[in-house]
Amino acid sequence: MTDVTTNTRTTPRGTKPRRRMSPSNIMLYGTLFVASVYYLLPLYVMIVTSLKGMPEIRLGNVFSPPVEVTFEPWVKAWAEACTGINCDGLSRGFWNSVQILVPSVALSIAIASVNGYALSLWKFKGSEVFFTILIFGAFIPYQVMIYPMVILLREAGEGLSFITGTRIRLMGSVWGLVIVHTIFGMPILTLLFRNYFASVPEELFKAARVDGAGFWGIYFRIMLPMALPIFVVAMILQVTGIWNDFLFGVIFTKPDTYPMTVQLNNIVNSVQGVKEYNVNMAATLLTGLVPLIIYFASGKLFVRGIAAGAVKG
Amino acid sequence: MTNVTVKDLTLEFGAIRVLDKLNLQIEEGEFLVLLGASGCGKSTLLNCIAGLLDITDGEIHIGGRNVTWEEPSERGIGMVFQSYALYPQMTVEGNLSFGLKNAKVPKAEIAERVARAAEILQIEPLLKRKPAALSGGQRQRVAIGRALVRDVDVFLFDEPLSNLDAKLRADLRVELKLLHQKLDNTMIYVTHDQVEAMTLADRIAIMRGGLVQQIASPAEVYNRPSNKYVAGFIGSPTINFFEGSITDGTAPEFLTADTKMALSGYEASQGALSPRPAWLGIRPESVITGTDVDAQPYTAEITVELFEAMGADTLVYTTLAGAPFRFRMSGQARVTAGDTLRIGFDPAQGSLFDKSTEERL
Repeated sequence: MTDVTTNTRTTPRGTKPRRRMSPSNIMLYGTLFVASVYYLLPLYVMIVTSLKGMPEIRLGNVFSPPVEVTFEPWVKAWAEACTGINCDGLSRGFWNSVQILVPSVALSIAIASVNGYALSLWKFKGSEVFFTILIFGAFIPYQVMIYPMVILLREAGEGLSFITGTRIRLMGSVWGLVIVHTIFGMPILTLLFRNYFASVPEELFKAARVDGAGFWGIYFRIMLPMALPIFVVAMILQVTGIWNDFLFGVIFTKPDTYPMTVQLNNIVNSVQGVKEYNVNMAATLLTGLVPLIIYFASGKLFVRGIAAGAVKG
Repeated sequence: MTNVTVKDLTLEFGAIRVLDKLNLQIEEGEFLVLLGASGCGKSTLLNCIAGLLDITDGEIHIGGRNVTWEEPSERGIGMVFQSYALYPQMTVEGNLSFGLKNAKVPKAEIAERVARAAEILQIEPLLKRKPAALSGGQRQRVAIGRALVRDVDVFLFDEPLSNLDAKLRADLRVELKLLHQKLDNTMIYVTHDQVEAMTLADRIAIMRGGLVQQIASPAEVYNRPSNKYVAGFIGSPTINFFEGSITDGTAPEFLTADTKMALSGYEASQGALSPRPAWLGIRPESVITGTDVDAQPYTAEITVELFEAMGADTLVYTTLAGAPFRFRMSGQARVTAGDTLRIGFDPAQGSLFDKSTEERL
C-alpha cells in the first residue's frame, strides 16, 4: 500500500496527495491554536496561582510557575475559609449543592421524560397548545418570575404546614430550591425528550399497543431503554445548569443552606482582610470541578446523545 | 362464515373525510388484499380495523364480536408493519414474547408458543440475537412471528415487504402464501404493489379516495375491471385505452378515429350494448403477432416506435388508430424501431367503459 504523503506519481492515479502546509490548513490550525490559548491561559494562571504562597504572588509574576509548590490554599479553600461567622470553607457549600443537585436532576428528568413521551406519542386534544405554552416558558427571563416564586413557595409551605400539622418551610429550604430547579428545567427538558420520542418510529409504538402494553408499559419497557443517550444529555444539561446556578441559590436558600456557588462568591468577594488570591483561585477551581468532571467523563456520550436522532430498530 | 365485518366506517381528520361509509366483509380464512395508490386510505382502513385509530362513525366486528370500542390488544389481531417495528433493545425471543407477557400468559406456554412460531418461520437460530444483528428479511420474519405467537384469528399486514429488496420480496411473498395455506387464518394485507396483490390474494379490494372501487378475485379484477380507474391501475404495462363510441346496428361495433372494431361476443354487464360514447380498453398481453394474426377479429399494420426487450418478453410502443398503443410480444422476437408488424386482437375480449360515468358496460 502506498503511503498517502509519499505518493509521488506524476500522472494522477490512486489516492490524491495532500499537502500538510496548505494555506487552508495554516488558517485552520492557527485559529484553533489562538482559540485554545485564549481559553487555556486564564486556566493556567488560576492553577499556578493556587499553588503559590502569598509572598510569591506579591512578586507579581503572574505567568511564572510556582517556585515552591504548596497545597495550603486548596486545604484552606475547602475547609477553613470564612464566610460570615462560619469558618468551615467550601465543604459546607459542596454538600449543600449535592443535596440540591441530586433530587433536582432526578425529579426534573423523571417528570420531563414522561412529559415528552406523552406529548409526542399520546397526543390529546390541546396537547400542542399545552406544549407551546410550556416552551414559551423557556423564553421568559427568570428575573421576572422570582418574586411570584417566592410568594408561591411561602404560601405552599404554609399550606403544607396546615395539611400535615407540622411546620414545613419551603422558602429558604433545600427542598424549595429543588422544586424551583425542577420547574425551571421543565420547558427545555420536555422539548428535548419530546423531540427525541418524536423521532422514534410510530410503528414501534403501534406494535407495542397491539402487543397489549399500556401507557407505562410502553414507557418503561420500550421507550426508556431506547432513550438512554437522551437521558445522558439531559443529565449533563441539568447537572451543569443546577451546579452553576447562583441566582436561585442566593434567593431561595439561607446562609445555612447556601449552595457552593453562593459560598464561593462570599469567599472571593469578602471585603475584609487581605485578598488571598491563591485561596480564591483554589476555591473557584474546586467549585468548577464537578461540571468539568461530568464533561470529561461523558463527553462522548453527550455528542452521541445530541446526534442520536436516527435510532434504528 | 364472516370473520371481519366493517360497517359504514367513516373516519375524519378534522374537516377531511378519509374513509366514507366504507363496507367490507371478509370471510374466515380469506386472504384479502387492500390495493391502491398512496393516500387512498388503505393503511388508514387497516389501522382502524386494528384499533390504532379512533373512528368517527361505523362499526367493526371481528370474529362475530363488536370490537369498535376495544383496545388493539383485545381485538384478536396480530399486525405486521412495513418498518418491522421490532423492539431494538430486546432479543428476538423477547420481541416474540412481549405481547404474551403483557397478556399474563403462563411462562411454559410462552416458551411453547415462541418455539412453535420460531419453527414455522425457521428463525430458531436467531432467538438470542438483537434485531440490529438481523438482515431485513430476518427482521420481517420476526415481525411476522410476533403476530403468530399471539394465536389470533386475523393477521393484518401493512406493506410488510416494501422495505425489502426485489429478490427478497419475491422470496418472502412465496413464504407468506405458504404460511397462509398452512395456518388458514384470515389475513388482511395492504400493499401498493399489484404483483403482491395478484399473487397473494383470494380477493382484492381496490381503493381510491377512501372508497372501495372493486372487490373481486384477482382474475376478475384483471379481466373484468369494474371501472376505468381499476382497469388502468391493474396490469403492467398499463392497459391501452381508445376513445370512441359504440355504433348502432345489429352487430355492435366500436368506432374510434375512422377505425371500426367488431364487438360481437362482448359480455355486457347489463343487457345489450346500446350506442353511446365510450372507452375501449385492450390489455397489452391480449395482442397477438405472428402467424395467428389473421384469425383475429381485428388486425392492423403498425410501425414499431420504441421497444423494451426484457428477456422473457418485449414491450413494443406504437400508435394505433391515433392513440398511443403498447403491446407485449415474445422476448425471442427480433424487432427494432421502424419495423412494420401485423398485429391482431379480439376487441370483444377488452373492456368497455361508459364515457361519462367510466363504469363498465
